[in-house]
Amino acid sequence: MANDCCTPGGNVMILACSGGSNVGQLSNQAAVELTREGVGKMFCLAGIGGQLSGFVQSARDVAGMVVIDGCSLGCAKASLENAQVPMKSYIVLTDLGIEKNKDLNLKPEEVLKVKEAVKEAIAKQ
Amino acid sequence: MHIKVLGPGCKKCHETDKVVREAVTDAGSDATVEYITDIAEIAKHGIFSTPAVIVDGDVKAVGKVPSKADVKKWIGK
Repeated sequence: MANDCCTPGGNVMILACSGGSNVGQLSNQAAVELTREGVGKMFCLAGIGGQLSGFVQSARDVAGMVVIDGCSLGCAKASLENAQVPMKSYIVLTDLGIEKNKDLNLKPEEVLKVKEAVKEAIAKQ
Repeated sequence: MHIKVLGPGCKKCHETDKVVREAVTDAGSDATVEYITDIAEIAKHGIFSTPAVIVDGDVKAVGKVPSKADVKKWIGK
């Protein structure tokens, strides 16, 4: 096996709130698509919220991370704080001008907007 | 005490296994060390990347080679 098969330096952890609103699901969809595109790797926020040691330690030790919250309630941020995981980059989708509602039919242009914001955050790390 | 080293077999994984075993020997600990390379087994632990070290079920390090001092601290030596 190659010498560098593990711990790929460019593997940025993407944590999405994945909540039950348009912005929550936009965070999820963007994380899924960015993972498929190889920009980063979506990771399980619920595992961190549940304080399972594998998830918590992974988040503590990772070099690059982007946390996406749909709205200013900041559930993803709170989950990380409760698990004492330091945040690196943080995006709130309502701060991007996306209005929160309960319509789960996502708009492609909004998914794109979120993906661009995440890519920008990664570029700054 | 049981220590698991998780890694599919790259250089850093081997190095982690070596560091852990040396630290256990240096510390005179009776901890057992298991090197797990099976991807399905590794995936059960919810880790983001490898190598990883688990001490008595508690994940201590992910995606990096720990120092001997770290390992000794984890095993209480």
